[in-house]
Amino acid sequence: MDQFIKARNVTFEYIRRDDDGNVEGIETALDKVDLDVKAGDFIAILGANGSGKSTLAKHINALLTPESGYLIVDGKDTHNKDHTLAIRQTAGMVFQNPDNQIIASIVEEDVGFGPENIGVPTDEIWTRVEKSLRSVGMYHYRHHSPNRLSGGQKQRVAIAGVMAMKPKCIILDEPTAMLDPIGRQEVLSAVRELNKKNGITVILITHYMEETIHANRIFVMESGKVIMQGKPREIFSRVEELKDHHLAVPQVTELAWELKQSGLSLPDGILTKEELISELCRLS
Amino acid sequence: MSIIVNELNYIYNPGTAMEVQALRDINLEIKDGEFIGIIGHTGSGKSTLIQHLNGLIRATSGGIFYNGADIYDEGYDLRTLRTKVGLVFQYPEHQLFETTVMADVSYGPKNQGLDEKEATLRAVGSLNAVHFPEKHFYDSPFELSGGQKRRVAIAGVLAMKPEVLILDEPTAGLDPQGRDEILEMVSNLRSTQHITVILVSHSMEDVARYVDRLIVMNGGGVMYDDTPQAVFAHYKELEEVGLMAPQVTYVMHALAEAGIPVRTGATTVAEAKDEILSVLC
Repeated sequence: MDQFIKARNVTFEYIRRDDDGNVEGIETALDKVDLDVKAGDFIAILGANGSGKSTLAKHINALLTPESGYLIVDGKDTHNKDHTLAIRQTAGMVFQNPDNQIIASIVEEDVGFGPENIGVPTDEIWTRVEKSLRSVGMYHYRHHSPNRLSGGQKQRVAIAGVMAMKPKCIILDEPTAMLDPIGRQEVLSAVRELNKKNGITVILITHYMEETIHANRIFVMESGKVIMQGKPREIFSRVEELKDHHLAVPQVTELAWELKQSGLSLPDGILTKEELISELCRLS
Repeated sequence: MSIIVNELNYIYNPGTAMEVQALRDINLEIKDGEFIGIIGHTGSGKSTLIQHLNGLIRATSGGIFYNGADIYDEGYDLRTLRTKVGLVFQYPEHQLFETTVMADVSYGPKNQGLDEKEATLRAVGSLNAVHFPEKHFYDSPFELSGGQKRRVAIAGVLAMKPEVLILDEPTAGLDPQGRDEILEMVSNLRSTQHITVILVSHSMEDVARYVDRLIVMNGGGVMYDDTPQAVFAHYKELEEVGLMAPQVTYVMHALAEAGIPVRTGATTVAEAKDEILSVLC
């Protein structure tokens, strides 16, 4: 598969200045980050608050550019200002709060806003709106007011709004933080569908460990550095290491790990309920 | 000492086309020192209910009694009620506004009429209670991490010396450690300062771990009001209203179905572990 994102030595600092413009402090948000993502990948980024996850995400659609090092998205260097708009259309972002991302009073108008803004012909806009809403299972609600939708539905409308820009990649920065459990499931399964059926590259930032078990690869960040990376099963086999980095594991993984500590002979890195049940049945 | 909610109804925009019944015949008694969780899908009435408890919203019908007094009586001091029943909104750090942490936290007590010295004492006390590091007391609240900002915001409510602390999704957007720290802190406050705590949450795992009593809201009414174990036994009904049980509860049910004779009531990792070990070992 093609390389979609290539980051090398990406470093970014937030510089605080006083009223006279003198530097008061420097905070290194990204510290020599390397990242390789193939087209069609589903990757998850974990890390404590302030570890640099969101700063990295903003680099991928050129909202920020590296102070040193470089980042290439779909063959385009984010340093090159001529590419900025193209990169933003290629890699769309979805944020935490759906209410801050929805602007129109009717669902289909909201989804059509992006393409309309870049001068897409009207017929084409409606085709895109329909396709995008269908892809997240919200076509039925196209004439509704977003105000009356649940959190999970609103967030799916926000994702449809990004899809209408025909991106190759969507970056989701804690898209489920404000949602109830079923809303979280709705958003997650919509995202997985986009990845599987439409081949959209997905970059998911989250604090819910359960949401990352279907990713191809997980990157764990701390203090601006990528400190662990691997398949979900590899990452979640390292329970103690994750705890040392103030992170958690999915509840099923934690239960399996606790049982193993108490002497049951279970393998490391159990991720799903089904795996745990079949292992326990084997023991009984 | 308690809060009694009696036949409470609330209707948004009554008499218009936009009329919505947000709360429907709510009856509750919240006793001193309880640790209560409220869960419900988006729009189930959780936030509307908690805003009634400190008088921010006035019921369309029904009553609320705080320590035996009807808060809707003429002359009832709602201002004092709001200091007794402290409400921490979602993303409370968005409400920080002062130039230093200390100024922000002592703003409330000053507004209550305390002098500078007393207000500062209150602020120090509540910042200590939320384990906020002393070296940052005079820093700008805007330069703190998300978890620290949230502590400052909670300290601002604690500085009013509430008897009841209501938190609306206090851990949304926090990493696992930040989440555990905030919940541990709230749990400690409840045991050391004897504050009644009401926790509104979307995390089934969190409420299962901390609360003694769980209220489930659906369609503006109370659907369940019981211990977390008893409530999560209804996991199928909960799914129909946008909720779930904690993951481990599903594990226990699946084990039982697979023929391993475990009791299915576990709602936390610790409970599940003990039960599985007792059966398998």
